[in-house]
Amino acid sequence: MESMTYEQTLLLAKAIVLAGQGIGAGLALIAGIGPGIGEGFAVGKAIETIGRQPEARSAATSTMFIGCAIAESTGIYGLLVGIILLFVNPFLKFLG
Amino acid sequence: MDQFSTELAVEVTGPRKMITFLRGGEELFSISETVVTGWVIIIALFILIKILTHDLKVRPESKRQVLAEWFVEFFNNLVRDNMGEKMIGLAPYIATIFTFALTGSLMSVIGFRSMTVDINCTGTWALLTFILITYNKIKSNGLFGYLKGFAEPVAIITPINILSEVATPTAMALRMFGNISSGMIISTIVYAALTLLSNVFYNAVGLSFAALEYFKIFQVGVPALLSVYFDFFSSTIQSYVFIMLTMAYVGDAAGKE
Repeated sequence: MESMTYEQTLLLAKAIVLAGQGIGAGLALIAGIGPGIGEGFAVGKAIETIGRQPEARSAATSTMFIGCAIAESTGIYGLLVGIILLFVNPFLKFLG
Repeated sequence: MDQFSTELAVEVTGPRKMITFLRGGEELFSISETVVTGWVIIIALFILIKILTHDLKVRPESKRQVLAEWFVEFFNNLVRDNMGEKMIGLAPYIATIFTFALTGSLMSVIGFRSMTVDINCTGTWALLTFILITYNKIKSNGLFGYLKGFAEPVAIITPINILSEVATPTAMALRMFGNISSGMIISTIVYAALTLLSNVFYNAVGLSFAALEYFKIFQVGVPALLSVYFDFFSSTIQSYVFIMLTMAYVGDAAGKE
């Protein structure tokens, strides 16, 4: 196999970095599973509560929203990592 | 020969620099769009509140006084329900943070960039909450009791306690920033994709006049649906969550009675 020039090596390295970033962003968004399950559980319980005690509707709803927003934050961290990997390309600068 | 560009142009950058101060051709410091938007909001809210509270009567006669009283009463009740009567002094702070966060996030509706897509902005608010938590902890336990609180229940978990103390404001800042900025990024991508779709459509049909450079047919209507969720719903919920968490943490630090 003939040896590659510097430019070709750099191009290959960039391709590997970009591929890695794409895979990493995809993996980071697996973090969305947890909040999805958690929020579904919270909403289900809230509906159960409302069904049992219709007078507690407003309290249950507002508490549920707070809980959902807090449960969402882990998913948001994953999303942020994905966005940074896809759009900011933080690892490309190491290649010069 | 295609008239319109069919390149997808999306660029994600940090806070936009609006005003740059130069000295000898080099950048001395910059003022970001967040700061400018923040001051616009502060001045607008100041004028609004001056109008609402102008010429108050003991028995409210005007609608604006009723509105102002409802606003104050709402936040007083919220703080009283969540933190108890003795922390009622915090109600103006809570109202300020909520109003500022809500208007700052909703600035995207009228074409500015939301303040809360800048982590420095949400970070500042979270830092204020952190200062309040620490102040209330020291006030209710004493300085020694506050420091001793890190070594409870056993001394070996001190690093974990310190980590969880730092994690509180970090999580608050990142939650709001992440929600609003991811919404902005998704809206931007959708806008760019719709521009692309319109350009492909124009090229296929063969339309070409100058106004079409600014009028993209598929951008009408579709982004409004996204905006309802990402701008209105997300901003309101996140501002509400931010003040609820502030009240929960500070109330916890001060100790319920």
